[in-house]
Amino acid sequence: MNTQGDQAIPRERYDWQPWALLAVLALLALPLSGSASSWATLTLAGLAMGLIIFIIASGLTLVFGLMDVLNFGHGLFIAVGAFVATTVLGALGGWVNGPELVPSLVAVFAACAAGMLAAAAVGLVFERVLVRPVYGLHLKQILITMGGMIVGEELLKMHYGAQLVPQPLPEALRGSLVFGDVALERFRLLAMLVGLVVLTLLLWVLNRTKIGLLIRAGVQDREMVESLGYRVRRIFISTFVVGAALAGLGGVLWGLYQQGVTPRIGHEVNVLLFIVIIIGGLGSTAGCLVGALLVGLVANYTGFLAPKLALFSNIALMVAVLLWRPEGLYPVARRAG
Amino acid sequence: MLNSLLSHDLPRSRALAVLLVLTVLGLLATPFLFPGSQSLNVSAKALVFIVLVASYDLLLGYTGIVSFAHMLFFGIGAYGVAIASSKLGPGWGSVGLGLAGALAASLLLSLLIGLASLRVKAIFFAMITLAVASACLTLASQLSEFTGGEDGLNFRLPELLRPATVFLDEPVMGVEVNGRLLSYYGLCVAVAALVLLLLRIVNSPFGRVLQAIRENAFRAEAIGYRVVVYRTAASVLSALFATLAGALMALWLRYVGPETTMSFELMLDVLLIVVIGGMGTIYGAVLGSVLFVLAQNYLQELMRWAQGSVGELPLVGAFVEPERWLLWLGVLFVLSVYHFPTGVVGKLRS
Repeated sequence: MNTQGDQAIPRERYDWQPWALLAVLALLALPLSGSASSWATLTLAGLAMGLIIFIIASGLTLVFGLMDVLNFGHGLFIAVGAFVATTVLGALGGWVNGPELVPSLVAVFAACAAGMLAAAAVGLVFERVLVRPVYGLHLKQILITMGGMIVGEELLKMHYGAQLVPQPLPEALRGSLVFGDVALERFRLLAMLVGLVVLTLLLWVLNRTKIGLLIRAGVQDREMVESLGYRVRRIFISTFVVGAALAGLGGVLWGLYQQGVTPRIGHEVNVLLFIVIIIGGLGSTAGCLVGALLVGLVANYTGFLAPKLALFSNIALMVAVLLWRPEGLYPVARRAG
Repeated sequence: MLNSLLSHDLPRSRALAVLLVLTVLGLLATPFLFPGSQSLNVSAKALVFIVLVASYDLLLGYTGIVSFAHMLFFGIGAYGVAIASSKLGPGWGSVGLGLAGALAASLLLSLLIGLASLRVKAIFFAMITLAVASACLTLASQLSEFTGGEDGLNFRLPELLRPATVFLDEPVMGVEVNGRLLSYYGLCVAVAALVLLLLRIVNSPFGRVLQAIRENAFRAEAIGYRVVVYRTAASVLSALFATLAGALMALWLRYVGPETTMSFELMLDVLLIVVIGGMGTIYGAVLGSVLFVLAQNYLQELMRWAQGSVGELPLVGAFVEPERWLLWLGVLFVLSVYHFPTGVVGKLRS
């Protein structure tokens, strides 16, 4: 093939179709919602929920893309984060019950930090003990990580009990900001901001730093990265731990979102996580984002329009997306093997 | 003759054969050896679990497909019989109709789920089945007019199986010969027939192809076996057997509810039994189910006793609380996946 020296390589066309799908879905719901203000409320709530799910799912999809490890026990990190948050917020009761915003925010951030640390620690142990011996054996990974989640949840139950632990929102974060007829809950606004910060950080790390480059390269072709001299194992362990920490953060936010934490929280979110990463494409962060936003929107729209079909609607969405793109919205181009 | 009855799949280990014989005799003689309704319920549950776990072993152990939707078919079988009996009145006709409807529904659903594996990879399949099973569980509790919601359905059995129907006026060896006894032995016969049928299936050329697919699907396809067709057939068969197990469970318990038939805990229990008993051996399902059900009912007594003696110690006490039953099971499960990949049966055979 003849290429002239001064001709630039054509830029890869950006695949905007999944984002278009998101917009189309939102627009479709507009006539069904009755009024523009309820549509706006639902959409904002859906985006907030979607961003929380994205925070949790991003770690899972990177771990699978990088090291082909499917962690069915990701829900455990969520549960750890959520429960630790109940302890921390319970201990900082004084700050949380006052009407001022700043102490409440500080308390929430402290809970987030504690949740992330605890989840990261659990993630480290999980990786060392359970995941390391079963690299490459998908069946065993599924079984072992499920077993690990059961054991972890039982240990949590030992300490926190099997009942619902209420997680009331801090005083200053209750209620909504009202713009005309549109209500946006304060906490959801906070969750969206946290989600956007995490998203920005993640995109920055993945696209502008060397470690991000290594991760993306490792997802595409691990052997090549190894043969260039990089310790892919170390990269993997850190990705796993960061993924667990993110799941812990998501757990803290989810617990506050639901205003209560049960040991089953891991299982419930697990199902949503899998739907999201299947829709998005295993290993793709952008796909994970679009998938999470889609799931959040669909969950909120159907919750309003047809509550009984809520979980089914997510599955119908997954099937529809898979029929369109069997590898997910943004399939990661990988070398076979 | 035993050889052909077991489809040439002999235990191949003296210890295993002895345990199996003991199990069979114990189950058959339960009403006479261990009188009382609790032991009868334990044995009946063990029998139902044998079929349920064996059908899951067909899918997981022999074909290598991880599916979390198995309890869905169990629930369909149970609810089919229950809904028919409660809406159409008790009787063999409604039981038959309910069973036929449940089998048809399972066939259709498992075909759909099996064909979904056409376009997606194996990992996706596991996740999709998990999602579908969760959705159906919530559906079962929400369609309360139809399925009785969270409370479930109570229904009456056909006349022949009711405890009130007495066949002999005098109790035989201290046990009343009534409909309950008849239904227990009916359950035994049905379970025996289904297990032998499963043994026949896995030891047939079809079963061999399934094992070939498990070992190396690419090579199986290259030799000329259409992997998708065999995988779908395996998932359909496994679903049908699970539906039958569900119907048997409903006929014994006379009650179905979402928590007793379709919960995630039950799915985990089945998974545990298959792995601990031994994947890819129907005998693993037999032994594993019996051990599991015995442990579930009587180990808690043991733990309660242990708690009585060491319960005062701060950390150890918490670990032996009877509610921590699942913790130990989880640890045992993780250890089995690592160290006993062939399960109890594999260990006995080696």
